[in-house]
Amino acid sequence: MADIVLKTENLTKRYGGVHALEGANFELRKGEHVAIMGDNGAGKSTFVRQITAVEQRTDGKIWFDGKEVNFTGPIAAREAGIETVFQNLALADDLDVPSNLFLGREKVLFNLGPFSILDRKYMRKATEAALVRTAVKIPNLSNTIRHMSGGQRQCVAIARTATFASKLIIMDEPTAALGVQETAQVENIIRTLKDNGEPLILISHNMRQVFDLCDRIVVFRRGRIVANLRKQDTDGNDIVSYITGAKTGEAELAA
Amino acid sequence: MAQTSHGVGGVGYDAKKRAWPAEINVFLALVILVVVFELIGRIFLGDSFLFNTRSDVSAIFNEARLQIIILQVSIVGIIAIGVTQVIITGGIDLSSGSIVGATAMIAMSFAQVATVNGNPNPKAMFLAQGWTDLPVIVPVLVAIGCGLFAGLVNGALIAYTRIPPFIATLGMMVTARGIAKWWSKGQPISFPTESFAGIGKGLMPVIIFLSLAVLFQLIMTYTRYGKHCYAIGSNEDAARMSGIKIANHKILVYVIAGVLAALAAVVLSSKNLTAQSGMGVMYELDAIAMAVIGGVSLSGGRGSIVGTVIGSLIFGVIISGFTFLRLDAYYQEMVKGVIIVGAVVLDQWRQRLRAMRA
Repeated sequence: MADIVLKTENLTKRYGGVHALEGANFELRKGEHVAIMGDNGAGKSTFVRQITAVEQRTDGKIWFDGKEVNFTGPIAAREAGIETVFQNLALADDLDVPSNLFLGREKVLFNLGPFSILDRKYMRKATEAALVRTAVKIPNLSNTIRHMSGGQRQCVAIARTATFASKLIIMDEPTAALGVQETAQVENIIRTLKDNGEPLILISHNMRQVFDLCDRIVVFRRGRIVANLRKQDTDGNDIVSYITGAKTGEAELAA
Repeated sequence: MAQTSHGVGGVGYDAKKRAWPAEINVFLALVILVVVFELIGRIFLGDSFLFNTRSDVSAIFNEARLQIIILQVSIVGIIAIGVTQVIITGGIDLSSGSIVGATAMIAMSFAQVATVNGNPNPKAMFLAQGWTDLPVIVPVLVAIGCGLFAGLVNGALIAYTRIPPFIATLGMMVTARGIAKWWSKGQPISFPTESFAGIGKGLMPVIIFLSLAVLFQLIMTYTRYGKHCYAIGSNEDAARMSGIKIANHKILVYVIAGVLAALAAVVLSSKNLTAQSGMGVMYELDAIAMAVIGGVSLSGGRGSIVGTVIGSLIFGVIISGFTFLRLDAYYQEMVKGVIIVGAVVLDQWRQRLRAMRA
């Protein structure tokens, strides 16, 4: 139990009569990168939304960092150390990189309520450090996000999650809208996170990416977890048969 | 790989893509405008717009004209400082002109003298209560209170009922104008104390305008408040997800705008030595125009107080320039309208060009 970062038990979400997520039991260990795969509407995003408390679950329990948790909202989840890179990037286009990294949790020199003086130097330094740590290349920190490419934006969003000593990073299709070169850049960042031992949940449709980056693959189908496989025990065809329903039943890890 | 720096070499990086501050463009527009007036003056009138041509005065510039240029926009400029913050947050404030009217009436009635030329002040609102010859701090605090209250109502309406800022402040615009007329049943309020009259004397409006501009430029650049203004204006959902308390912030922005409008009312009524219910009509639009000309984006997230100050100077130069060329005031209004639209069109083009290059 000590090395388990996140654990869910019987996690369930229903929207009226629609069973979007049904009895999900999930575990994530320290330093582990787990991929979540599944068809559209299989419950992947719903699962993430329950963990990050963007929505409130219908049933089930969540343990995070050794404690049972009941987050009231995404901000509470973030404060506990769960950082999420959303599909629609939560960046302010007209702000520069440090401002976006520290958005909503600015470091201040003097506390004067809303008129607190910002510690711009510190935030700049911390931003540089975070970019180095994640190996993100951003040409000019003072440029606004508006002037950046899709890949650079995604990199900023990911660097943000890595700035705040997060205990768990969740990425919801981080490369879905990116070109080949930009995807490679984001994947490099994810490898750097792996080297640093930061646990990650990656939602992706990209089979090659998942096998490249993750230790374990969890497949969702029709709101249920139908497979939980170590990378070396499976292959692409196997995963596809679980995604499409050609293979059924919960394949458990022989842990 | 981990030791790769964050330096030059990102995807699709172009060193020339660095942001060119919008304020520089606005400043260039100001310079061009001055040069145009100078040239027209030299060619057609044989007189200089900017430089001193009188032999009995030893100065390089025509200082009287420079003073007028900035003096005539100072009061609306004070309002524009608040309006700029509202627009950067993605809102709009149509009520500032009416807040000026209502605040001027209410504040002035606490700034009156008891006797005029040995007779009881015929315009005194509170003669019977003995609220005359009060220290200057009283009317100023009353004014700030008025602005604060109006801003609070604006902000609370926008933050909690989620009606568009356009509608909320339109309501306040009409209501505050009504209050201005009702306060003295349409009568002007005059004869302020000497200390109150001192607030708007001479170049005081300019000093107040520029000090407030510097203060708020610093606040917008160096404080959490400023950062959150830009964040909310540029992506409200992102700001909310980042944990910024949107409702509180919006209320604060409208309160600041209200208080600045109230301060403009104090300066204006002090300068005119009287308050009338029709004071400040159309000021809200002039203030918005100054901000827009100064490069503040009506869609939020972009602009600065510095830009708005330059925008206000463009306004001042146009008015002075037309007077200098002895053109009718009618033309001023027409040209003002064209410039407002032109500034927005130019800004849109600039944005599209940038988006294409990015």
